Amino acid sequence: MAKDSIVTIYINEKEYKVKEGQTIMQAADSHGFKIPRLCYHPKLSIEGACRVCIVEVEGMKTYAASCACPVAEGMRIHTNTKELRRARRDIVELILDNHPKDCHTCERDGNCELQRLAYAMGIRHRHFEGERKHYEKDLSSESVIRDPDKCILCGRCVRICSEVQKVNALGYAHRGFKTVVMPAFNAPFSESVCSNCGQCINVCPTASFVEKNYTQELFEKLDNPDIIKIAQIAPSVRAAIGEAFGLPPGRAMHGELAASLRKLGFDYVFDTQFSADLTIMEEASEFLERLQGNGPLPMITSCSSAWMKYVEHFHPDFLPNISTCKSPMAMMGALTKTYFPGKIKKKPEEIFSVAIMCCTAKKYEAARPELMVDGIRSVDLVVTTREIAWMIKSAGIDLVNIKPQDFDAPLGISSGAGAIFGATGGVMEAAIRTAYELYTGETLLDIELASLRGFHGIKEAEIVIDGKPIRVAVAHGLGNAQELLAIAKKDPKRYHFIEVMGCPGGCIGGGGQPYATANSIPLDEECLAKRAEALYAIDREKTIRRSHDNPDIQRLYREYLGRPLGQLSHKLLHTHYGAKLPRGIIVGGGE
Amino acid sequence: MKTKQDEKMNLLEEYMQEMKKQPYAESQLIGILHKAQELYGYLPEDVMEAIAYGMNIPAARIWGVASFYHYFNLEPVGKYTLSLCLGTACYVKGAGKILDRMREYLNVDVGQTTEDRLFTLQEARCLGACGLAPVLMVNDRIYGKLTPDSTIELLDKLKKDAK
Amino acid sequence: MGDSVTTNQPIEKRPRKQVEYNIILCSGPSCLHNKSSELYTEIVKQLEAFNCQSKVEIILSGCLGMCARGPIMVINPGYILYGDVGVNDVHDIIKGHIVDKTPFSQKVIHEDHLFNRFYRVFGDVKFFGKQMRIALRNCGIIDPEKIDDYLSVRGYEALAKVLTDYSPAEVIHQIQDSGLRGRGGAGFPTGLKWKLTADAEGEVKYVICNADEGDPGAFMDRSAIEGDPHSIIEGMLIGGYAVGAKKGFLYIRAEYPLAIKRLEKALTAAREQNFLGDNILGSNYSFDIEIRLGAGAFVCGEETALIQSIEGERGMPRPRPPYPSVRGLFDKPTLTNNVETWANIPVIILDGAKWFSTIGTKSSKGTKVFAVAGNVENTGLVEVPMGTTLREIIFDICGGIPGNRKFKALQTGGPSGGCLTEDSLDTQVDYESLAKAGSFMGSGGMIVMDDTTCMVNVARYFLEFTQNESCGKCTPCREGTKRMLEILTRITDGRGEVKDIEKLERLGAMISKASLCGLGRSAPNPVLSTLSKFRNEYEDHILHKKCTTGSCQAMLTYSINDQCIGCGACIRVCPVNAIKGIKRNPHTIDSELCIKCGECMKVCKFRAIDRV
Repeated sequence: MAKDSIVTIYINEKEYKVKEGQTIMQAADSHGFKIPRLCYHPKLSIEGACRVCIVEVEGMKTYAASCACPVAEGMRIHTNTKELRRARRDIVELILDNHPKDCHTCERDGNCELQRLAYAMGIRHRHFEGERKHYEKDLSSESVIRDPDKCILCGRCVRICSEVQKVNALGYAHRGFKTVVMPAFNAPFSESVCSNCGQCINVCPTASFVEKNYTQELFEKLDNPDIIKIAQIAPSVRAAIGEAFGLPPGRAMHGELAASLRKLGFDYVFDTQFSADLTIMEEASEFLERLQGNGPLPMITSCSSAWMKYVEHFHPDFLPNISTCKSPMAMMGALTKTYFPGKIKKKPEEIFSVAIMCCTAKKYEAARPELMVDGIRSVDLVVTTREIAWMIKSAGIDLVNIKPQDFDAPLGISSGAGAIFGATGGVMEAAIRTAYELYTGETLLDIELASLRGFHGIKEAEIVIDGKPIRVAVAHGLGNAQELLAIAKKDPKRYHFIEVMGCPGGCIGGGGQPYATANSIPLDEECLAKRAEALYAIDREKTIRRSHDNPDIQRLYREYLGRPLGQLSHKLLHTHYGAKLPRGIIVGGGE
Repeated sequence: MKTKQDEKMNLLEEYMQEMKKQPYAESQLIGILHKAQELYGYLPEDVMEAIAYGMNIPAARIWGVASFYHYFNLEPVGKYTLSLCLGTACYVKGAGKILDRMREYLNVDVGQTTEDRLFTLQEARCLGACGLAPVLMVNDRIYGKLTPDSTIELLDKLKKDAK
Repeated sequence: MGDSVTTNQPIEKRPRKQVEYNIILCSGPSCLHNKSSELYTEIVKQLEAFNCQSKVEIILSGCLGMCARGPIMVINPGYILYGDVGVNDVHDIIKGHIVDKTPFSQKVIHEDHLFNRFYRVFGDVKFFGKQMRIALRNCGIIDPEKIDDYLSVRGYEALAKVLTDYSPAEVIHQIQDSGLRGRGGAGFPTGLKWKLTADAEGEVKYVICNADEGDPGAFMDRSAIEGDPHSIIEGMLIGGYAVGAKKGFLYIRAEYPLAIKRLEKALTAAREQNFLGDNILGSNYSFDIEIRLGAGAFVCGEETALIQSIEGERGMPRPRPPYPSVRGLFDKPTLTNNVETWANIPVIILDGAKWFSTIGTKSSKGTKVFAVAGNVENTGLVEVPMGTTLREIIFDICGGIPGNRKFKALQTGGPSGGCLTEDSLDTQVDYESLAKAGSFMGSGGMIVMDDTTCMVNVARYFLEFTQNESCGKCTPCREGTKRMLEILTRITDGRGEVKDIEKLERLGAMISKASLCGLGRSAPNPVLSTLSKFRNEYEDHILHKKCTTGSCQAMLTYSINDQCIGCGACIRVCPVNAIKGIKRNPHTIDSELCIKCGECMKVCKFRAIDRV
């Protein structure tokens, strides 16, 4: 049964040649159909649960779920009969009948797959209303809010958490009408093994998972004239925020963002890409130190917050391998409370430092006590791409047409290396650019490392530095990371340097990025590729493409920090992580 | 996570070691939960966590399985299940007051079990014994025409019997 | 057919211990509940008292199926059947039957003379007369805990025959030729199922016995296992050989501890004698069986849910295809049959497909076991040849409706089956005929209802069961059955709305076509079938707020008629003080206060309380 052999099927009486082994849905999709669907997600296993995508197949007594049923030679399929339309409509209504009626005040209003579907099915009247489930919202997590009332049990969150991220923080509990998606033992989310990556938010068709929203707090702070409001923007935010404003993916909007944030009330808008350059300075230096025998190898990157929590939970044995560098967000935070106040003659207490991130886990990271400097939080508040998009809209700012502006000095200039931090492989690529030069004193000419780009689960490369082969590996998504760690555990000498980003595609696929629009799929690879390309384009267009060439970085070391890994660097830019044992952890993460 | 390394836990761990030798060891989960319930009378959370560790199965999955199958008790169950009828007849005859007294006396809420594992307090819909209202079902036996005082007397007697 | 009569004599092949008498004491669940274990103690005591213990062997057997007359006891030779045996009767029976050689006639079950092979032993009894026991052939005859007893009834001969004479393909041919179809419900041809698994690619394959019997009131599988575990083991061994499996799983409810114990014992005994294990009986076939316990989830009777459960997961069905015969347990080709199907296998091998296919109807061969419950004289287990009519089962075998009531309806196929009416009573029991009549075979539950039964209430009862057992995975079943139950509840509570019938039909039709698994697809059946056959009852409830049978309490009104002499008895029992009146004057009921508990009616000696 060769997979590429062709079979003939009939959809609504018309003949089509399709690939054997495809599902009815796949076959129909490739011929201009789009059978309504809900629980289906191309990256996840087939659940066949929602029954929205049912079709009629002649000879079958019951409807077939087109997502699960493979095509067969001569199959006669009907996708649009009166009976089917009615059955689909009733199924969607049944879901709706067990769902709160608060669309207008819901976080996903206008962006909700259930809402879109109900509208498209023509549900203007409800026939079957009755008892509705009710559970308390789980507000315990710093990052992700869980609202079981809105859950329609499509299971995408459960599947992404177990199949892609392999964290298994979520599962179905109880059964029948009482089925709920929840962490083990219905424990608060904050006490679960959740890494805060927020991928459940990305794939949830409704608002059963949303980030902890800080927009109102932030508005209040922005209204306060007595404090200095500082923003930093992560690389991936600029690559995706346009989507929240109806633009196609792939347009970088840093200039527009800087201008909009100033209009929103920020006094200074800095660039996390600057601190990404700084991270590279520290991290490359740390790597070279380790390479010379001072510290365990492989060294593993630490900038992804979800990844760090995951390691603390599941792989504490790898903690000595984790780079002591703080994340770019935390480094920037530290500078906004130390270096920068000194420059503008203010006290750290007068600074309110906000990070605009593509990430939900950063909310948790910002609250980590180990990131405090002299007892002060370095980042006071984290909002996601989605949250800042709401704020910009609600403040009446025209992000799309605004005249772009530059970031503020002295923490606003970045190299191309800092930009590519947002895509999987980017940190490694940036680090190699600098490490090579720091070690050999020569400039690496061929700086685009194609083998580290793209969305392969695990990517490997070998770079020769001063005649010494350096083997590196890159993983994105926690599931791939787990696999990579298993390889590294088995063969400890295999790699010198490992980069991990907790989300699929890296930060560009973060849990705080804009929701998929009506015609796209959450975490669609094409969309991720366009976001990544936006960052690579920024890199290409820069004249400075290596972190150590960034003049403001050089100035920072000259004026303030001294040298990478120096005493002040250690105080401000490095940290340590410790093993955590939340409820329901399993050692080894189910390798 | 720390689990009291008591006798029961040793037995459970022994059992898990045995199961781990089987092919598709994870598939033994339901059997292991049976074993745990046999030992503990129900499935305490820390025992389920110990199973998660022991078998390397995510706790969320164990919780999902344990809560799916009705045979598994997620809460301890007492020697006597007290189902107080709160049907209309019983209610108008003062079942509410009896419930309050029982709650107070047992120091548990509806659905819970006393610390000594003697009583589990439950509400029941009409038991069809309205003529005897208010009624209380203790395991399979029905006691009728109760007052708050006589109910407490009954509980005292059950307590004595149990010893 | 002539020779099969002789080859299937159940007992005599390997004689037991040489004793004068066998006392067979039924230890089926129902008889045990009626204290048959106390009888055992008493029998031992009485035998000692009469000093005749050496003459008698006591056999504790599985369910004889005659639960309505339990505890049941049989004394051989003579196969005298005693029913309703109490502890106090034991003395008289032992003294009469064994000491005085005169059966104790007061407790002997005598009925008219019908005769059938397999159960020639009890040929005198009408309950057994029309039955034919193949699956349950040894239940009630042998001691299920003794492998020697099983061997004495040609046990494991079929296995030996297969291993020496048949290739796997030949075994499958035999099963195909026999016409045997799955006894679990849908009636898929067993031989074809075996062939699909045998033909599936893969080195490792599995065989499963589905003993997750869950229909309320059904206990066919339990009785078969408790009464004759080795037949099932032998069936699985043969199935494993045919499809190329080395490992079998027996998935059984944890709620059946006795069955589990007997299975474990049987497995151990079979291993000791090399019926299980490596190189069985010197062949190169190796096979073993592992017991896996269910944990209280009806849906696990569904094949894919059962597989999930064996894998240690929540019992949530998987979409098919892929079919389990191609990708089942641990993603390997898997053959699942239910207990009764497996129990038929050794007989087919021993007596041949040709013989088996002479029993039954054109499309349905062999026999079927039913657990008959509800409003019949003799509730219990019956095994009848396919083609027997429902009327024969209910009226001839089970003795008809008690209390001179009228037959109203019959529910077959358990909670997901359909209701059949008087018109369908002459329907022959086979897969197609039952389906044509509007129900289905199911695993063998059969509930008889008389004219006091409210069909709306019955539909609600069944739907409540399936709704409670829904796994919650797919929308139609999880949400749809909930809404249907809500509608039915409001109808029986007297709050039905005019559009409710239409809504039930609309939801029912959608759920039966769109659900993921068989449980969901069949969940609306009781509603849809009662709607089509007893629509007037629904309309009475909804339009006239009336339940003609008086089952739906909320719709009843109690009133006092002129028979009342004013004794005051009702006033004293009324829990809500709804009855008022002066002594020796007629009383009245305040219908606003009345909660319809019916206590007044129970105490009134003058039939002065009316209920409408």
